[in-house]
Amino acid sequence: MSQTIPIQEPSGTEAKLSRRKARQAALFEPDLVWTAAKQSIVMLKPWLMVRNPVMFVTEVSAALSTLVLALDLQRGAENLPYTVTVVVVLWLTVLFANFAEALAEARGKAQAETLRRTRGTTVARRRRDDASIDITTSDDLRIGDVVLVAAGEVIPSDGEVIAGAAMVDESAITGESAPVVREAGGDRSGVTGGTRVLSDEITVRITTGVGESFLDRMIALVEGAVRQKTPNELALTVTLAGMTLAFLLVTGAIGPMGRYFGVEIPLPTLMALLVCLIPTTIGALLAAIGLAGMDRALSANVLAKSGKAVELAGDVDTLLLDKTGTITMGDRQATAFHPLPGIDPALLAEAAMLASFGDPTPEGKSILVLGEQLLGARAPRERTGGELIAFSAHTRLSGLNLPDGRKYRKGAGDAVRRFVLEQGGEIPPALQPMVDSVARQGATPIVAALGGEVLGVIELSDVLKPGIRDRFERLSAMGLRVVMVTGDNPLTAAAIAAQAGVDDYIAEATPEDKLEYIRREQRGGRLVAMMGDGTNDAPALAQADIGVAMSSGTQAAKEAGNMVDLDSDPTKLIEVIEIGKQLLITRGALTTFSIANDVAKYFAIIPAMFVLALPRLAPLNVMGLSTPQSAILSALIFNAIIIPILIPIAIKGVTYRPLGADALLRNNLLIYGLGGILAPFAGIKLIDLVLGATQIF
Amino acid sequence: MNIVFVIAVVAGTALLSWPAGKYMAAMMHPAAGAKSRVSQLDRIAGKLAEQDWKQYCFSLLLFNAFMFTVTFLLLSLQQYLPLNPDGKGAIEPSLVFNTTASFVTNTNLQHYSGEVSMSYLSQLCPLMWLQFVSAATGIAALCALARCLAGNVRCGNFYRDVLRATFLVLLPAAIIVALLLVAGGAPMTLQGAATASSPEGVVQTIARGPVAAFVAIKQLGTNGGGFFGPNSTHPFENPSFLTNIVECMSIMVLSMACVWMFGRITGRLRHAAVIFGAMALLLTLKIGFAVYFESAPAAALHDLPLVASSNMEGKELRFGSTAGPLWAAFTTATSNGSVNSMHNSLNPLAGLVPLAGMWLNETFGGLGVGMINMFLYLIVGVFIAGLMVGRTPEYLTRKVETREMKLAILALLVHPLFILGGTALFASTPWGMGTIKNPGARGFTEILYEFSSAAANNGSGYEGLGDNSAPWNIATGLVMLLARFIPIIIPLAIAGSLAAKKPTPVTTGTLRVDTPLFGMVLLGSVILIGALLFLPVAVLGPVAEHLAALPR
Repeated sequence: MSQTIPIQEPSGTEAKLSRRKARQAALFEPDLVWTAAKQSIVMLKPWLMVRNPVMFVTEVSAALSTLVLALDLQRGAENLPYTVTVVVVLWLTVLFANFAEALAEARGKAQAETLRRTRGTTVARRRRDDASIDITTSDDLRIGDVVLVAAGEVIPSDGEVIAGAAMVDESAITGESAPVVREAGGDRSGVTGGTRVLSDEITVRITTGVGESFLDRMIALVEGAVRQKTPNELALTVTLAGMTLAFLLVTGAIGPMGRYFGVEIPLPTLMALLVCLIPTTIGALLAAIGLAGMDRALSANVLAKSGKAVELAGDVDTLLLDKTGTITMGDRQATAFHPLPGIDPALLAEAAMLASFGDPTPEGKSILVLGEQLLGARAPRERTGGELIAFSAHTRLSGLNLPDGRKYRKGAGDAVRRFVLEQGGEIPPALQPMVDSVARQGATPIVAALGGEVLGVIELSDVLKPGIRDRFERLSAMGLRVVMVTGDNPLTAAAIAAQAGVDDYIAEATPEDKLEYIRREQRGGRLVAMMGDGTNDAPALAQADIGVAMSSGTQAAKEAGNMVDLDSDPTKLIEVIEIGKQLLITRGALTTFSIANDVAKYFAIIPAMFVLALPRLAPLNVMGLSTPQSAILSALIFNAIIIPILIPIAIKGVTYRPLGADALLRNNLLIYGLGGILAPFAGIKLIDLVLGATQIF
Repeated sequence: MNIVFVIAVVAGTALLSWPAGKYMAAMMHPAAGAKSRVSQLDRIAGKLAEQDWKQYCFSLLLFNAFMFTVTFLLLSLQQYLPLNPDGKGAIEPSLVFNTTASFVTNTNLQHYSGEVSMSYLSQLCPLMWLQFVSAATGIAALCALARCLAGNVRCGNFYRDVLRATFLVLLPAAIIVALLLVAGGAPMTLQGAATASSPEGVVQTIARGPVAAFVAIKQLGTNGGGFFGPNSTHPFENPSFLTNIVECMSIMVLSMACVWMFGRITGRLRHAAVIFGAMALLLTLKIGFAVYFESAPAAALHDLPLVASSNMEGKELRFGSTAGPLWAAFTTATSNGSVNSMHNSLNPLAGLVPLAGMWLNETFGGLGVGMINMFLYLIVGVFIAGLMVGRTPEYLTRKVETREMKLAILALLVHPLFILGGTALFASTPWGMGTIKNPGARGFTEILYEFSSAAANNGSGYEGLGDNSAPWNIATGLVMLLARFIPIIIPLAIAGSLAAKKPTPVTTGTLRVDTPLFGMVLLGSVILIGALLFLPVAVLGPVAEHLAALPR
C-alpha cells in the first residue's frame, strides 16, 4: 500500500556499495577531476579569491604580469618567451590552488550525493489527531507529525519511535548490512530518514523539519554552503596573510633598491619572486585540508554539526567511555572454576554445567563453553529425564534435578546458600574468602552446589575487548586521560579499570555523576569528550566539549551532542580524535614545508635578478642553474607544481601515529622542515635542466 | 690565543649572567613578604596600585612622553643652562629631535659628537639620566610581560618597576663598573677640557669630563651613546685591554640576565635555559663568522707585499684584532651600539654580522626588550610547532589563537617595514644618495646600516654617512620611536590576552617548550622568518661588496 515515489531509491546494498565507492574514490578520479577543473576556473572571480589572502595576492600578481605582457606585445619587446612563461605559470599557480579546493569539495559532494540519494522523496502515512491516516510525502512532514511505517517501507524522516519495535535496515546510511532493532522507549528509539523497516510496524514521531536533519546539515557543511573557517584555520590564515605582507614588503623594497644600483627589474620578475616567497603551498591547500577533514569524518560515518567540532576533537584531554560495549565485550563470561578444598575440579565443572542447562542467558552459556573446554569428551550432555530449574531474576538460581535425586544448583551466593541450608547441608568456612577474593578481582562469583554440599565458585568476569589495552596505551601516549563510566560497584570497577589500563573510573555512575565529572574536568581547563545514547545522557553530552551521540540513540541525545555516529560504535570517539589531530598536523606540516621551501627559492632567484647588473654575484648561483631566466622560471614552476603534488597529502592527511608531542614534532620537523629545505633544491635543479634542454631561455 | 680570548669573554659573561639574573628577579619581582631593600624602596615610593597591561602601557607611554619633553627642552636650551664650562652653543632642532628620540628609546644613535656639541649638563642630566630610565623601561616591560605569562592579569606597577630597575639594578651595577673603569684609568671629573702644550709648543685642548660614570651605564644599559664621538675606541672611554674586557662583558651581562629573570618570574627556568641556549648559539655563530672574516686583511691590501695579517684597519692596537669583531657582534646582538673599532673598516662579510645582529635583534637584545622580541618568535614558533603536534597551539598553558597571532605578526612586521622601507626610500632618493661617501654596495650598506641601527634601537653607525641632515634626523628619529614602543606594547597586549585565558593542563600531548627540540624550532623560526626577510639586502650590500673585492 505504500510505495516510494520513484525518484531514485537504490536498494540498501547498492547504496552501501556506492557509498563505499565514494569513500574509497581514487584521489584523482576522472569525474571528480573534471568537475574540479571546471570549478577551479569559476573560482578565479576576485571576490571569491579574496577569502584566501595568499592566493588573492597571487592572482593580482598574475593579472599585473599579464598587463605587462600585453604592453610588451604591443611594443614588441624582447624576452617574450620568458614573460609569457612567467604569466602562464603564475595563472597556473592560482588554478592549481583552486583545483585543490575544488577537488576536496567535489569528493565531499560525491559522498553527500550518495547520502542524499537515499533521501529521495518518500511516501509517508501520517496519523492525524483523530487517528485517521492520510497519505502524504516526506517533504510535507512537520516536526511533531506522527507517521506509521510498516515492513518494507522507508522511514520518511528523522524521528523517534513512540510505539512498537522493528528491525530496521540502516545500511543506506551506515553501510552496515546487519539490521538493527529500533523500539519505543529506552535508548534505541532513534530512527533516521531513508532507512528501511524490515519487520513489524512502528509509529514514529518526526523530530526534524524539512532540510534540517543531521544529514542535511552535514551535506550543507561539506558543500561549503555553511563552511566557516574554524578557529585554528582562521589563526593560520592570519599568520599566512602576515607573512604575505612581509614578503610583499621585501619585494616592494627591491624595486627602488635596484634603482640605486641602476638595475630596472621587470615587473613579472618581481611578481615571480613575490609569488615564490609567499606561502602559496599552504595557502593553496588550506581550504582543501579543512574540507578533507570533514570528508574523513564522514567516511568514518560520523556526522559533525560543524567543522569546528572536528577540529576541536584534536584538543580533547579527557575521554569518558562507557565500560559496557566499549571497554568490555558487554556480557560477563565464565573464566574459571574454583573448587573448594577437597572437591574434585572435574566434579565442580560437571555440576556447574548440569546446573546451567536451565540458564539460557549468555552467562549460563559461557559456563557450558568453559566446562566443555575443561572436561572435553567427559562433559555431560543435555538429556531428558531430569527436571530443569530455569534461571529467573527472582530466584537467581538455575539447576537440574536428576531422577536419581541429585540436585544441582548454581547461582548468586546467598541464593545457593539458602538452598544448601534447606537441603540440610552446611556452609564450609572456606567459601566466603573465596567469594570475596573473586569479587575483589572485579569478577562476579557464582556458587555451585550439589544437594547440601557446596562445591566451589564459578568466576564470571567482564572480558576486555581484544586490543583495548593497547588502544588505551596509545591514547595515553597522545596525552589523553581515559575515564571508564560504569554502573558496577566501585570494587568491580576498580579491578576492570586496572585491567584495561584506564586512568580513572566512575563507578555506580548516574547521569548526574557524569555531568558533575565533566564539569570538574572542565574547571581544570580540560576538554572532555564523551559518547552517549540515552535521553539521560543528553545533559552530559551537551556539557561535554565533544559529545558524540549514537545514531541509534534518542533524539534528545542527538540534539545535545555535536556529532552523531551513524555506526553507533562506542570506540568511534578515538577515531574522531585522531581525525581532529591529523587535521591540525597536516596544516602545521604543510606550513612548515611551505616556509622552508623559501630558502632554495631565494638561492635561485636573488642572484638571477641582479647578476646582469652585478656580474660579480655569479658565485651565489650555488645550484649552477643555466641562465638567470631559467633560474627564476625553475623556482616559479617548482612553486606551482608542488601544489598538485601535495594534494594527496592535503586530502588524505599526513600519516598520523599516536605518539607523544615530542616524537610527533621531531618526526614532522624532519620530514616537512628539513625535507622542505632540501626538496626544492633538487626540484629546481631538475626543472632547470629540462628548461635548459629546450634552449629557449 | 684569539679563540681562547673570545671563548673566555663569552663564557665568563654567560656565567656572570646567572647570579645577575637571580639578583634582578629578586629585586624586580620579590617573593611576597621578603624584607629587603625592595621593601624600603617601596615604602619611599608609597603605595602604587597594581595595573593591568593597558594601564601599564599607558603609564609607560606617559612616562616616556614626559621624559621626551623634558629632554627636548633641556637640549634645546643648553646654551642658557649651567654646567657648560666650554660654552657649547645651540643645537639644530632636527638634531635635538633625533637625539632626544635616540636617548628616550635606549638607542643612542648619535648624529653629533658629544665632546663637540653637548654641554656637561646635557651629557649628564638628560642623556645619562635617560641611559638609566630608558634601560629601566625595558626591564620593567619585560617584568610585566613575564608576570602576565605567569598567569596574572595584573602585571605590576610601571612606576614601581622603573624605580626598582633604576635604583636596585642599574645604579648598583653602574657604580661597580664605573669604579672598575676609574681603576683602569678612565677620567671622572666635572672640570672643563684640559689644555696642554706639547714639547713643540703646540697648545692642545684635551676634552674630558665625567667619563667613567657615563661609560658604565652606556655599556650596562644597552645604550651605547659615548661620551666622546669615537665612543669606546677613545682612550679616555676605554683606556686598556682590561677595561675593554670589562666594557665588553658589561654590554652583554644584563641582557643575558634578563632571560634568567624571565625564567624566574614565569617560574620556568628550563624554558628560559632553552631560550638562552638558542640565543647563545646564534651569538656564537655570529662571533665566529665575524672573527673569521676579520682575520683576513682588508681587500685594499691584496696586491701589497704584506706578511699575512688580520684586518687591522680601524682597530685599536691596545685591544688587538679579535676584540673588534667580538665587540661588534656583542654590541649589535644587544641593542647597545657602542663601538671599540670602526665598523666601516670591517671586511664586508664581517660587517654583515653587526647587520644580522640588528635584523634579528633578539640574540639577547636590548635590556628587557630583547627577550620581548624573542617572545614574538616564541609565539610564532609555538603556533606552527603546536599545530604539528595536533593540538590548538598553546604557550605556557594558554591557547594561542587568532587574536594573538594577529598581534604577533603585526609586531614582527614593524622591524622589516622600517628597515626595508627606509632603505628603499633613502637609497632611491637624494635624501640618502646625496649623503653617502662611498659609491656602490658600500654606500648601500651605509644607508641600510643606519636604518637597521635605528629600527633595532641599537645606535651604532657604519659611519661614512653624512647623517646629520634634516631628512636623516627626522626619519631615523621617527623610526626609533615607533620601532621602540610598538614592539613593547603589542607583546604586552598579547601577554595580557593570554593571561585572561583559562590555563590548559599539561599532558604528554602538549608541546613542551623546555626541550632542546623546541630550541631547534625557535632557531628555525628566527632564521626562517627573521633572516629570510633580509637576505636580499644582505646580498645587495655586504655580499656584493665581498664578491666584488675577491681577486679575479
